[in-house]
Amino acid sequence: MPLNSKIPAGELAEKWEKYKSTCKLVNPANKRQLEVIVIGTGLAGASAAASLGELGYKVKTFCFQDSPRRAHSIAAQGGINAAKNYQNDGDSTYRLFYDTVKGGDYRAREANVYRLASVSANIIDQCVAQGVPFAREYGGLLSNRSFGGTQVQRTFYAAGQTGQQLLIGAYQALERQVALGNVKQYSRHEMLDIVMVEGKARGVIVRNLVTGELERHFGHAVLLCSGGYGNVFYLSTNAMGSNVTAAWKAHKKGAFFGNPCFTQIHPTCIPVSGDHQSKLTLMSESLRNDGRIWVPKKQGDTRKANEIPEEERDYYLERRYPAFGNLVPRDVASRAAKERCDAGYGVGASKQAVYLDYASAIERYGKIEANKQGLANADKATIIALGKDVVKEKYGNLFEMYEKITGENPYEVPMRIYPAVHYTMGGIWVDYELQTTVPGLYALGEANFSDHGANRLGASALMQGLADGYFVIPYTLGNNLADDIRTKAIPTDHPAFVAAENEVRERINRLMSIKGTESVESFHKRLGKIMWDKCGMARNAQGLKEAIEEIKALRKEFWSNVRIPGEINEHNPELDKANRVADFLELGELMCIDALNRNESCGGHFREEYQTEDGEALRQDEGYMYVAAWEYKGESQYELHKEDLIYDVVHPTQRSYK
Amino acid sequence: MEHYNMNLTLKVWKQKNRNEKGRFETYQVKNISSEMSFLEMFDVLNEQLIAEGKEPIAFDHDCREGICGMCSMYINGRAHGPWHHTTTCQLHMREYKDGDTIVVEPWRANAFPVIKDLVVDREAFDRIIQAGGYVSVNTGNAVDANAIPIEKHEADESFASAACIGCGACVAACPNASAMLFVSAKVSHLAMLPQGDPERKTRVTNMIQQMDKEGFGSCTNIGACEAECPKGISLENIARLNREYIGSMTAGGSQNSI
Repeated sequence: MPLNSKIPAGELAEKWEKYKSTCKLVNPANKRQLEVIVIGTGLAGASAAASLGELGYKVKTFCFQDSPRRAHSIAAQGGINAAKNYQNDGDSTYRLFYDTVKGGDYRAREANVYRLASVSANIIDQCVAQGVPFAREYGGLLSNRSFGGTQVQRTFYAAGQTGQQLLIGAYQALERQVALGNVKQYSRHEMLDIVMVEGKARGVIVRNLVTGELERHFGHAVLLCSGGYGNVFYLSTNAMGSNVTAAWKAHKKGAFFGNPCFTQIHPTCIPVSGDHQSKLTLMSESLRNDGRIWVPKKQGDTRKANEIPEEERDYYLERRYPAFGNLVPRDVASRAAKERCDAGYGVGASKQAVYLDYASAIERYGKIEANKQGLANADKATIIALGKDVVKEKYGNLFEMYEKITGENPYEVPMRIYPAVHYTMGGIWVDYELQTTVPGLYALGEANFSDHGANRLGASALMQGLADGYFVIPYTLGNNLADDIRTKAIPTDHPAFVAAENEVRERINRLMSIKGTESVESFHKRLGKIMWDKCGMARNAQGLKEAIEEIKALRKEFWSNVRIPGEINEHNPELDKANRVADFLELGELMCIDALNRNESCGGHFREEYQTEDGEALRQDEGYMYVAAWEYKGESQYELHKEDLIYDVVHPTQRSYK
Repeated sequence: MEHYNMNLTLKVWKQKNRNEKGRFETYQVKNISSEMSFLEMFDVLNEQLIAEGKEPIAFDHDCREGICGMCSMYINGRAHGPWHHTTTCQLHMREYKDGDTIVVEPWRANAFPVIKDLVVDREAFDRIIQAGGYVSVNTGNAVDANAIPIEKHEADESFASAACIGCGACVAACPNASAMLFVSAKVSHLAMLPQGDPERKTRVTNMIQQMDKEGFGSCTNIGACEAECPKGISLENIARLNREYIGSMTAGGSQNSI
């Protein structure tokens, strides 16, 4: 099947305008007859459900959490990008587009990225209108800060809780539609299969996580807004419940999976402290605005950070990348940290950490503040105290979180950080309309593969989730549903619903009847270790081949020896987890297959065999300028389809942040 | 910081479902590291129970970084445990020492029925938001984000109220199981912004009405909610809520006083 990305013809800057002006519309009376299912209620899901409800569609939302407001978008800290150019520093739609394509190491689709950049400004307007309390300057206007991979200040933020505030905005818009009767919301429900009728996605099977009952729901269309799959690594910055299940079920029903190996390892996370670790905590990239990253110049230096004099510190990002310094993109910063630690310069008990130091920022801000207050000859202690107050206002909640977790005070000693799995650029393949290869099935936000190429820039995930939900899907869904106005709601006793529900029930019965000896958690941990060691920050052909075999063996063991306590028809978190881990055990293999296929390094995908002399990622544009879209053909069998990436406007070059 | 290991006795509430009676069960856990989070200690306990062929303890949790509002344990008589401004997932075991006994219960309130063990149903909070906790603005209706300047102090205050994570600790901590801190945080967040102004009166009236309908208790100014709130939501919000509510009942009332 040839992949049709449905990119509209015409000039890059005019494609989306033209699409919006010419796409088909559905009249209000018909919208009321059309049902839409939304899986997941994070930024993409909540914004889509609210916007579609406003338009008059009959919407149902499903989330596994106890409220839509808890979706993991809530944990995003640093900010959201938008090409507003409020700072008059040279920003524009084109520049946001260009930075994103370059940051993604030329593995994203130009037309999608341009659309994303062009709706970015509308997102900020919409959020402010909803009452999102973004940070402001004293003049009452919105404040911006810098993020990695850019040289302008275009990031809007609400302290270190931007995701929370944006999600609450979308959640409130969603609850308003629930109150108006346009949306019905189902919390503590998990999607376990897509129902296909005559080649189209026409509904879902969900499990009520309180009672264990299976339910059937019809929809003219199904929207997957179920987030990323970083938890395949067990340890990640994702929430404990974040999973691939909805996306994986869709994949097995025919939706191609795009670039599964493109995962983002975030450079600034709190390091692992022991075997008990259940998740990793991100320290916002915004901290790299002001913090300086360093390791000792001496290998195996055991002195405390504050005892190491300035001239014996190696600010390796500033040294290697003078143009961008501490604000290089995430993939570059992560690899540089790994390189230093692997070479024996790591710090802390585990030696798997580098310092993120605020001392000089505290002093710099303190001096500015002393000037403001007219303190001509302020002593050092006063300056430091004033500087700490400024840093507290900007990053207070992050510093507090660091202290709670580590027991160390980051105002006094540098933070220890290390890279951790954070985001997945890969996901369900979608065309320009966000439709998957299954008609009627769409994927939005992190669940799709589309906009970030091989590496996502900071503060762009929130932008993409809301762009897809507020500003893209309301048009593209209508364009397709316009052909569906004669389709009556399909009763859920249709044989396709019965068959899908039976399949789900049988799988759950099978899981519960294994009654083995090893917990779900233990299998998940073992899978995570294979993935991190062999498909993590650096990969090579040998390791990937081994990983594929190890995952296969682990999956076999899981299906013969997993122990799931409790019953099916009750609230049973272990069973919920088993359903998810079973899917991770399949996805992990595909990720390794994809990483093995891609004989190049690009963005977050670093194949050790392909690097420049100074250790930078070396792309192979000749052979790999494509999206790898994998079709499921049965267990361990995947067929590769290629969508060639054509760059009409940007000319791919070796990325340089020097 | 010195790390150490400890053995603990846990008394945990077990309840099969909303209809059956619950009881405390006692468990022993060994070699708990002071570096673990409180929930990681529960992970250890649950792994131990599964290995012994027993049923693990059900508890709510998700982000484990203090922001989603899903975790909800009542620890030694305190919502989210002893640390100030901290959710259960961010509480760490260095708070405890070898030999300690820890009692863990679910949130207790009529409006939060127990689903299982430590898991409760908080959908009442969603319904309160549905009653009016929003600005009625459809997608695409917005003016330029900088068209209406907002004084920084007002914006910061609004943000401080909007920081509520909807966890329900305020209800659990309150002897009356009142939801006033939660409701007042949302009313304040929106009332302090020009965007929230047009619906101010109806919002506060409808949200209070829904709160009462859900069976939350009344506020008697005890202040336990503020003391236990992991996000530092201030009692001033309740004062503001009362002013807003009275204002909503009088024509042209005190709508401008914040």
